[in-house]
Amino acid sequence: MALELPENVVVSRLDELASWCRKNSLWPMPFATACCGIELMATGASKHDLARFGAEVFRFSPRQCDLMIVAGRVTMKMLPVLQRIWLQMHEPKWCISMGACASTGGVFDTYAVVQGIDRFIPVDMYVPGCPPRPEQLIQAIIDLQDKIQREGTISGREFDTAERQLRKRALVESAQLLTLDAARNPVVQRELAAAAHQH
Amino acid sequence: MPATAPPLDDILQPLQERFGALDTTTFRGQTRLVVPAQMSLEVFGFLRDRGFDLLVDVTCVDYLEYRGAKQRYGMVYLLASTGTNQRLTVRVFVDDPEPTVASVVPLWASANWLEREVWDLFGIRFSGHPDLRRLVMPEEFTAHPLRKDYPMQGRGERHNFPILTREDG
Repeated sequence: MALELPENVVVSRLDELASWCRKNSLWPMPFATACCGIELMATGASKHDLARFGAEVFRFSPRQCDLMIVAGRVTMKMLPVLQRIWLQMHEPKWCISMGACASTGGVFDTYAVVQGIDRFIPVDMYVPGCPPRPEQLIQAIIDLQDKIQREGTISGREFDTAERQLRKRALVESAQLLTLDAARNPVVQRELAAAAHQH
Repeated sequence: MPATAPPLDDILQPLQERFGALDTTTFRGQTRLVVPAQMSLEVFGFLRDRGFDLLVDVTCVDYLEYRGAKQRYGMVYLLASTGTNQRLTVRVFVDDPEPTVASVVPLWASANWLEREVWDLFGIRFSGHPDLRRLVMPEEFTAHPLRKDYPMQGRGERHNFPILTREDG
C-alpha cells in the first residue's frame, strides 16, 4: 500500500525514538570520590561544555539521574553507599566507570579499596586514564550514546541478556561464589562445562 | 607566648624525682620520654598539671620483627604546652596478647577519637575509654589492618559484598 506522507512526517520505530530521546538527555549522577572528580567537573564546565552532548544536568539526587559516573577510587566503606545509590536510580540507567581506580582499583591494591566497581555493580563504559582527560570522558559518553541508540529498547529488554547478567569478575577470585552461583545460573554452568571440555 | 620554648629540665627533674628514673633522650632539641605502661596515667596527669595542656596526637608503631625491639607496640603521645611552646614526645610500650594502656580521655578530651583510631587500626585496648568503637574501618570489620602481620591486600574483606546485577534493579 503506497501512502503519500507529507514532508514534515518522519516514520520511525518506537524503540529508536525512545533511545534517541534517552541518549540525548542523559542526566549524570556524579559519584566523584577523588581526582577523577575534578576532571568530571571540568567536563561539565564551560571549557569542555558537556551540554553539547545533552548530559550537562548533573543531579545530586539519584532519583533524578539515569547515568552514574563513578569517578575515583571506591573504598570498601563506600561501596555499600555506591550500591544503594545505584539501586535508587530509575531505570533505564547506565554506569560509566571513570579512571583506573574505579575500573580496577588502580595503584591502590590494598585491603580498603575495591578492585573495580564492576565486581559489584553493572558497568556499561570504562574510561582509562589516571585521571582521564575531559575529552576521554566525553568520548565515553558519545560511545554510550551510540550504544543506547544501537541496542536500546523502549521496554529495556537490552538489559535482560544473559551475558550482561554474568557475574564474571567476581567469579575469578572467589571459588566459594563460583560454587554458590553455579547451582542456579545456567550461563555459568554452560561456561564451566565449556571450560571443562577444553581441559 | 615566647618565640623559643624554655628547656624541659624544670619539668623532667621533678618528674624523675617522683616517678623514678625514666628513660629520656633528646635529638635536635626534641625530647622523648619512655614511660612504663602501668604508671602512664599518673605521669600524663603530672605532665598536664605542669602545663602540657594540648594533646597533639596519639598514634602507635608496630615493632613486629624490628631489630632490637623488646615489646611489640610502641604508643606515641605528642604533647604541647600552649603557654610556653614546649613540646614532649611520650612513648609507652605494650606487648601481645591483649595490648592495653590506660586511656587519657579523662585528661585530654581530644584523645577520644585518636584512641579510637589506634584501637581500630592497631588493636590497642584503652582501659577507661568512654566509647571504644572503630573509627575509620567499617563496623563489621574484624581485623586491625595497620598491624604488620596483616596482609597488604587484606583477608578478602574488599571482595565480601553483594553483587548487584541488572536483575536487582
